[in-house]
Amino acid sequence: MPDTGIGASVRRKEDQRFLTGKGRYTDDLNRPGQVHAVFVRSPHAHATVASVNIAAAAAAPGVIAVLTGKDMEADGVGSLPCGWTVTDKHGEPHKAPDHFPLVRDKVRYVGDHVAVVLAESAIQAKDAAELVEVDYQMLPANVDPSKAMDGPLLHDNAPSNLCYDWELGDQAAVDEALSRAAHVTTVDLVNNRLIPNAIEPRAAIAEFDTGTDSYTLYSTSQNPHLLRLILCAFVLGIPESKLRVIAPDVGGGFGSKIYCYAEETVCTWAARKTGRPVKWTGERSESFLADAHGRDHMTRVQLGMDAEGKFVAMKVDTTANLGAYLSNFATCVPTYLYATLLAGQYTTPVIHCNVKAVFTNTAPVDAYRGAGRPEATYVIERVVEAAAREIGVDPAELRKRNFVPPDAFPYATPVALTYDSGQYALAMDKALELIDYAGFPARREASKAKGKLRGIGFSAYIEACGIAPSAVVGSLGAGVGLYESGQVRFNPTGTVSVFTGSHSHGQGHETTFSQLVSDTLGVPIENVEVVHGDTGSIPFGMGTYGSRSLAVGGSALSKACDKIIEKGKKIAAHLMEASVDDIEFDQGTFRVAGTDKEKAIGEIAFAAYVPHNYPEDLEPGLDETSFYDPLNFTYPAGTHVCELEIDPETGVIEIADWAAVDDFGKVVNPMIVEGQVHGGIAQGVGQAMLENCVYDADGQLLTGSYMDYCMPRADDLPSFKVETTETPCPHNPLGVKGCGEAGAIAAPAAFMNAVTDALGTEDIAMPASPEKVWRIAQAAQAAE
Amino acid sequence: MPSVTMTVNGQQVTRDVEGRTLLTDFLRQDLALTGTHVGCDTSQCGACVVHVDGKSVKACTMLAVQAEGAEVTTIEGLAQNGELHPMQAAFKEHHGLQCGFCTPGMVMSAVDLVNTKGEASETEIRDWLEGNICRCTGYHNIVKAIQAGAKAMRS
Repeated sequence: MPDTGIGASVRRKEDQRFLTGKGRYTDDLNRPGQVHAVFVRSPHAHATVASVNIAAAAAAPGVIAVLTGKDMEADGVGSLPCGWTVTDKHGEPHKAPDHFPLVRDKVRYVGDHVAVVLAESAIQAKDAAELVEVDYQMLPANVDPSKAMDGPLLHDNAPSNLCYDWELGDQAAVDEALSRAAHVTTVDLVNNRLIPNAIEPRAAIAEFDTGTDSYTLYSTSQNPHLLRLILCAFVLGIPESKLRVIAPDVGGGFGSKIYCYAEETVCTWAARKTGRPVKWTGERSESFLADAHGRDHMTRVQLGMDAEGKFVAMKVDTTANLGAYLSNFATCVPTYLYATLLAGQYTTPVIHCNVKAVFTNTAPVDAYRGAGRPEATYVIERVVEAAAREIGVDPAELRKRNFVPPDAFPYATPVALTYDSGQYALAMDKALELIDYAGFPARREASKAKGKLRGIGFSAYIEACGIAPSAVVGSLGAGVGLYESGQVRFNPTGTVSVFTGSHSHGQGHETTFSQLVSDTLGVPIENVEVVHGDTGSIPFGMGTYGSRSLAVGGSALSKACDKIIEKGKKIAAHLMEASVDDIEFDQGTFRVAGTDKEKAIGEIAFAAYVPHNYPEDLEPGLDETSFYDPLNFTYPAGTHVCELEIDPETGVIEIADWAAVDDFGKVVNPMIVEGQVHGGIAQGVGQAMLENCVYDADGQLLTGSYMDYCMPRADDLPSFKVETTETPCPHNPLGVKGCGEAGAIAAPAAFMNAVTDALGTEDIAMPASPEKVWRIAQAAQAAE
Repeated sequence: MPSVTMTVNGQQVTRDVEGRTLLTDFLRQDLALTGTHVGCDTSQCGACVVHVDGKSVKACTMLAVQAEGAEVTTIEGLAQNGELHPMQAAFKEHHGLQCGFCTPGMVMSAVDLVNTKGEASETEIRDWLEGNICRCTGYHNIVKAIQAGAKAMRS
């Protein structure tokens, strides 16, 4: 293995610029003549907008324009679309209310977009925004998802505020099996609402070139082509060829930068309208109010077992809060990315899931790191742990009894997926060893002697990544295909430019993809340059989310490299006067088999661009593109174990140890993979221990800043023990599965199972804040 | 508008600024030093940490005019003669960054930790980073990087 090849922990190419302050994020860019946009946002959760008086704002110093929903309506700007049609259990498509970038007549959540002020400076725009007078006629707010169906109506075309009532699985079979089960464990769970909080706030700069009649949009996007497609085809009605979207360095995404939001839409529209480049940089307060939020499920789960502790059926009933409007992929998160994962790692033969998705006067909810799969894992792993406790079986043992065995793959679950490969017990055993499970009782006693409560919790998760086969998602309602593109361009002098439809916002693609191409083509890694994020230079691609970049985008690059080698063989055969069939390629050299004749790939590239001596029937150039559409999802899986200690006098939880054993298939860069796992665990622990999005009964966001929304900080977390097992994915050329979301999927259940173990009650909701923990611990002490 | 003069990364600069201009905005907009980032509006995230007279400061908590006469070092001023500062090199070696947005503040904060405390345990490093939020790394590799960077700075 070369030290820069597949499997090596190559230090990241992108780090030099990030470490020296030379990264170029959207807000670092400025365009000549730009104006600054500040949005007037609703301070009310639900109100009719009777009038908007812009006169004073328009007359304020530096103001260029004040624009409202009426102006957008007059220009024919459309509604922000939802790109996935979910068909409900009665065969009806989901309810799809209008979602205009600037409201026309009604505001539906605090932070909703009422008007935009454009001024010469950001501070002038901000000052003037204070002068916009909006006459709000207050309406009662509908905030609590459990009561949403009986609450005030948000949208005329969504009766009972119901987006859909959907189901998956055989309900009759599940009811029958539960009625015969030796034991049924029931748990009620809340998956708390989260605010993604990528550290770079969203931003956009749009400009319009009157000479070419075309737009350029710089945006904090995870998927520039998707953003362009939505903006052009659905909202602004401009030709795709006339909009270039550039997502430069992007400071984290976690799902929240997938979507087409009101802000970049308004900037693009206003750039043409005003004839000036329009820049908007979100403040953190705006991120809290108006970035798509995550999770927000309420669930009852029942797990039936036979006398031997084998799972016989599972029944899940969920209410999902979608917020005030449908964000682009909101509908598929609590359905196809959730219910399809409810088999987990287990052989449960029958499963039924019902999901009611409701509208409330809160920010739109969409995919956030894991998207549906953390919710599914939380449901399964909490009920399995509770079941083990109820029937008095060791929770690790109960899981092993029910794991899909290694010889059962491909394994068809009762909830529509076919798992590709896995060795679940192997990961579990390794995790038990890492955490020293055998030594836990002694450690618990030691904690007890200090007056502390110690707990241990498991999470044996599975996820469906590498989203996804286009035909499959199309049949389930997706409005787009989910392939990825890759282009490998040899330059005449032997360096390689790699163009990918994937987008890196922390994942390190410039390094991982360079390793892949360097290793495959045998060129030094420093001669490989990865280009991403610019629709003006990359082939049409779907972007980065769902842990898909390497499995789908990397596979596309692998296929493009294959084409390069195939063409190179033809050129080499001509130059060395041999048959193409006799040409072998290895580590950057084409050889005539059985001879000492050889040509380096650089020589072949030169010949391709200076084709003085060249095959007659071959096009010049060495530049190949591949679109890769996966045959199946990939199914990373593993076991995380959390051990923690609670101080009953303060309610403070200290994580004593964390063992993660994940199976991501083949690993290209172990250093980057471990980093992804660390970050995922931190986000999962954040959800379980600290983070919580809270609206009051009037729909005011109570957790609208870092003063109130508790982000995980360095002193909340331990160092993690992270290892992998390797069960290659059998259906993509690289054998890789995806690692970006695993930690966030696994961690909440592991943490909460440890908390409930320590406290001796299942009855505590995320986040397990010191106050909640303290109350339970104190009540328990009082009862003793 | 008041005029302000300070030394930034070794160069003396004088500019007229609105009184309410924050040091972050002054660095980013007036001086085009965009390595100092703005990640929040409540002085919590620490992406904007710079050194003012050798001490780490959240540049969003300070008005530009308050830095009158001060020596300011930003992330752009840390590497010398094209060589990464030992703390920058340690962040690269130990994968202490992912998206890179919190990184300038983390590195500037870490350098001040070492200058202030010399040796620091893992617990002390984690406590010191209370004012710097990272959403990508889970801090695991940041802590490792700071331990290594501290060692390299002392040697």
